[in-house]
Parts: sequence; C-alpha cells; structure tokens
Amino acid sequence: MAIEVRIPTILRNFTGGAKSVEGSGDTLGVLIADLDERYGGLRERLVDDSGLRRFVNVYLNDEDVRFLGGLEAPVKDGDTVTVLPAVAGGAR
Amino acid sequence: MLTLPGELRAAIIAHARADHPDEACGVIAGPAGSDRPQRFIPMTNAERSPTFYRFDSMEQLRVWREMDDAGEEPVVIYHSHTATEAYPSRTDISYASEPEAHYVLVSTRDPDEVEFRSFRIVDGVVTEEKVRDPVDAAPE
Repeated sequence: MAIEVRIPTILRNFTGGAKSVEGSGDTLGVLIADLDERYGGLRERLVDDSGLRRFVNVYLNDEDVRFLGGLEAPVKDGDTVTVLPAVAGGAR
Repeated sequence: MLTLPGELRAAIIAHARADHPDEACGVIAGPAGSDRPQRFIPMTNAERSPTFYRFDSMEQLRVWREMDDAGEEPVVIYHSHTATEAYPSRTDISYASEPEAHYVLVSTRDPDEVEFRSFRIVDGVVTEEKVRDPVDAAPE
C-alpha cells in the first residue's frame, strides 16, 4: 500500500531532504504515525494534543482534511497527501 | 538584499493601501533558485482582520501547486501592518515557514508615508536587508 505524502521545505530536514515520501495507513492519523517511525520527529510538527496543528494545512488529494475528519480522514492506496505550513502572521 | 523591480514594489504598496485597514498579504513568485521575484500574486486574507492575516488554505494549495508546476518558488512573501511598524511581530516570526523567502513588511499606519522593509526570517531569527531596484546602479 502506498500513499504519497508531499513534504514542505521546512520539514525536509526530517526526511533527509526528500520532498515526497511514501507511507501507509487507513486513516491520516495512522499514516502520520507510520511516517514518524521512519522520519522521527515529523509527527510532532503536524499533531498536538487536540489533533492536527492549527497552522499546518494538510490536504488529501484536492481537499483540506479539516473538512474530511482531520486525523480520522480515511486514506487509501493511490491517495496523495500534501502538507503546507499555513502562511500567517499579524500585528503582534 | 532583495532585488525588486519598482513596479512590483508599487504593486505591493497598492495592495496594502487598498485593503487598509485590514492586513493585505501575498506572494511574488520567481524561478526556483533564482532569487528573482517576477510574478505578483496577491492573496486573500482569510482572516480579514486589521491585526492578523492568513492565506486561505485552498488558495494556498492552488498557488503552491502552480508554482511547483512552473518551476517557481515564493521569493517574496509580503503582508501589511495597519497600525504598527513594518517590522516582523512575534507571530510573524513564529509562523515564518519559508526559510528562503524574503519577508516584506509594509505599514499603512500613516496615510501619507508608507513604510516598506524586507527581512529574512530563519529559525526564528530576523535579519533586515536592503531593497534595491534592479534599474538602479549597484551599491558600492
């Protein structure tokens, strides 16, 4: 089973520079845990106590996983997951 | 140093003025590895706030995919402050996630004088840099 996961520049230090890695799992949460086994520390950048981190965007194919159940979103062979840190900031 | 054509500097300022008092935000894409900002991409501020900005997540996906397909990267990431100085705030620094980008800050707090400054933000460290127009003579 292979699910492609696209890694943003700022997280490529966890994947040895790779911009795309493969993992498996039947939900996004399981997939992320699977990746963390090979790329230790990656999970902590994506997930906190309440689920997916607020300022990290994760997309399953063409949709934002916030609308698909977050970490419970079902994933399957052939899917592509894309991670993009939110671009945000403010006056303070 | 950020080398930025005058018309792109003007486009950023016009966007900031147009969205005032909300913060404006956007990207200028350029060929990957070139450090040359070329393609102006104003973005929607999904927060529509005078004190916070955030790229709409689906718009960001579309733009990032387009850049990837075109062999581009975000050379400049800009946003405006509408009541404070054109300097990265604590939240600007904590959310800066493109270490190769030039972070341009514009302040529209004064209706007559715009503040326009550029910074690198890498691993939480802010370094200000000069901005030059490529048509001007190179600095000594």
